[in-house]
Amino acid sequence: MAITPPSERIWWKEPIAKIELIWIAVAFLWGLIMFFMMIYWHGAGEQNLSNEAYRITPEAYAEKTNAMVAKHTVREQSGFPVVRPPPGSDVYMLGRLWQWWPMLELQKDQSYRLHLSSLDWQHGFSLQPTNINLQIHPGYDMVVTVTPDQTGEFSVVCNEFCGIGHHLMIGKIFVVE
Amino acid sequence: MTMTSEFRTCPVTGLRIHRPAEMLIKVNAVVAIVFLAVGGLFGLLVALTRWPAVHLLPAEWFYLVLTAHGLDVLLVWIIFFEMAVLYFASAVLLNSRLAAPKAAWTGFALMLIGAVMVNVAVLQGGSSVMFTSYVPMMAAPHFYLGLLLFAVGALIGCFVFFGTLVIAKEEKTYEGSIPLVTFGALTAAIIAVFTIASGAIILLPTFLWSLGLVSNIDTLMYKTVWWAMGHSSQQINVSAHVAVWYAVAAITIGAKPISEKVSRVAFLLYILFLQLASAHHLLVEPGISSEWKIFNTSYAMYLAVLGSLIHGMTVPGSIEAAQRAKGYTNGLFEWLRKAPWGNPAFAGMFMSLVMFGFLGGISGVVLGTEQINLIMHNTIYVPGHFHATVVAGTTLAFMAITYLLVPLIFQRELILTGWAKWQPYIFGLGVAGISLFMMGAGTLGVARRHWDITFADAPLQFDYPASAFLMMGLNGMSAVLAAVGGAMFVIIIVGSVLFGKRTSGAQAEAPRPAGPSPAAVGQYGSAGTLRIPGTAVMVAVFFTTFVLYYFVNWKYLAEVWPLR
Repeated sequence: MAITPPSERIWWKEPIAKIELIWIAVAFLWGLIMFFMMIYWHGAGEQNLSNEAYRITPEAYAEKTNAMVAKHTVREQSGFPVVRPPPGSDVYMLGRLWQWWPMLELQKDQSYRLHLSSLDWQHGFSLQPTNINLQIHPGYDMVVTVTPDQTGEFSVVCNEFCGIGHHLMIGKIFVVE
Repeated sequence: MTMTSEFRTCPVTGLRIHRPAEMLIKVNAVVAIVFLAVGGLFGLLVALTRWPAVHLLPAEWFYLVLTAHGLDVLLVWIIFFEMAVLYFASAVLLNSRLAAPKAAWTGFALMLIGAVMVNVAVLQGGSSVMFTSYVPMMAAPHFYLGLLLFAVGALIGCFVFFGTLVIAKEEKTYEGSIPLVTFGALTAAIIAVFTIASGAIILLPTFLWSLGLVSNIDTLMYKTVWWAMGHSSQQINVSAHVAVWYAVAAITIGAKPISEKVSRVAFLLYILFLQLASAHHLLVEPGISSEWKIFNTSYAMYLAVLGSLIHGMTVPGSIEAAQRAKGYTNGLFEWLRKAPWGNPAFAGMFMSLVMFGFLGGISGVVLGTEQINLIMHNTIYVPGHFHATVVAGTTLAFMAITYLLVPLIFQRELILTGWAKWQPYIFGLGVAGISLFMMGAGTLGVARRHWDITFADAPLQFDYPASAFLMMGLNGMSAVLAAVGGAMFVIIIVGSVLFGKRTSGAQAEAPRPAGPSPAAVGQYGSAGTLRIPGTAVMVAVFFTTFVLYYFVNWKYLAEVWPLR
């Protein structure tokens, strides 16, 4: 029994039941399939994270964001600037207690180099309703090349706990034709 | 050799029980259950707040209680109980005296002081930083200090366990190799050493940082090392509760491992590969390469998952074999139908096994797939997953074995046996609901650790789909059910320990077939005679579910915005 020493002293020489061997083989192969599926998706799939990231101070990141906002703001909404950067360009969004700033207006089926970083604590970039979730750190500038393929109003919910105003933290990304 | 008066002989099992070991098992189990009750209550408050129609607590209290819930149940309840399991699996199962009982008491005291200190820090209100306490969010210094003391205490407990193994071998209290359950406990203890070391490596500088002695803690480094503790500690749980499955199956129906070799190799896979799981929490972080993520998140090509998949067959397989040997051989499932479902130890163990596999295991692998994590990270899918592993898996298994420890170690008969019969089902059903509905809501994007998904006070608005609200409501109802089951457990056990009739040899329950029967050995173990078709069917159903669910989630992933 499992609570007594093995009854067969030389237990490691006992033969293994066929059904166990079959299951071990199936389970091992399934593990390999799942492992190679991740690698395969890097080539064939469209949803992969880049490995591109830079160390940056919060001040420097805020400065870059401000520069983009100064250059490409098209209107204001609820006190936020709405920025419409040219397709293909570097786009900045920052997380801070407790907002995502600024709002972005992107064009459908155009690619943008979206930069994400935090000015203070960690935040969770949760783009809804499409449901893309990224972790945002202070001091790290994460670059994701994103291609919105639906139009509409998308919300960025914060899903990393960031203090008492965490549940108030929402940002917006608009996708237009 | 020590004096014989330090031992008593268990009238039920004939085991020689070292009194100091017995006392330590008792205090660790009792403190564990106290923290289960406290932490469980916090959990109920969390779930009632996240039930949109109830929305019980104000925001500040919600985040405070959520922090306390995580610490008390995920850490304190489980590690205290694991100490009891370690002492049981070494001193009791090996017929040995416990090494250095004084050190074990010191460890116990440190853990208790640490646990109380952390709770005080959280309840004072300045340390609502969640279980994970990600920097640069800072808690009070005694929050980190309490965790450190707790960890050091647990480490001492692990070394007492190792010492006991050495003593038992020296004093030849058993013959041959250690029992499989002890081997599983050894796996847990080895992983615990790695886990606690990782915790100390990151919490010590963080403690100094909270005192102002260290200027900066890198956020990414913190997460990487913290999760080497945070996730590995869940692997301690897995090893411990798998050991408990084997133990309960052995004690309640006399099941014997189909193959000692296979089961032990599966545990060995845990030791070698489970610690890579820190990566599960870093799949959508900046600055970590895909190569690192893929290798680590898959535990080096899913070799640790392979360990769990093996146990997933060998545990029910050993039960089936034992039942068939008793004559329940009709059809595929007579052995299962005629299993002792009225025995809470067996019922709890079997549900733990099924739910850990179907709900916790499958969701864990899917969640830990590099790219699929994009559509799940930090959504409430994550707590859905780990409630299936840690509550339905570990907690339910620990509850199950507690029903056996009460007569064996506390020497009391169970009171409220009618309740006890139902308790695992009520708790199990509640937890299944919690896990499924949180996973459902997470699939719809609902954030975890979030006070108000209606965003009523927020400057900007967003509406989650109505089905997400339904899921959160159902989650709340399931939590109430689980809380009822949990309360029943605490009442039954505490009541039995305090007021249960003292067991004497003749009356005692906990039937345990005496000693190993060499005759049975030839039956299992050798390939020719073993028949476990029922288990084969169950495993096939499981595998099909796994494969389908895995690929369905790739399909979901393919529907979100292209990212590079």
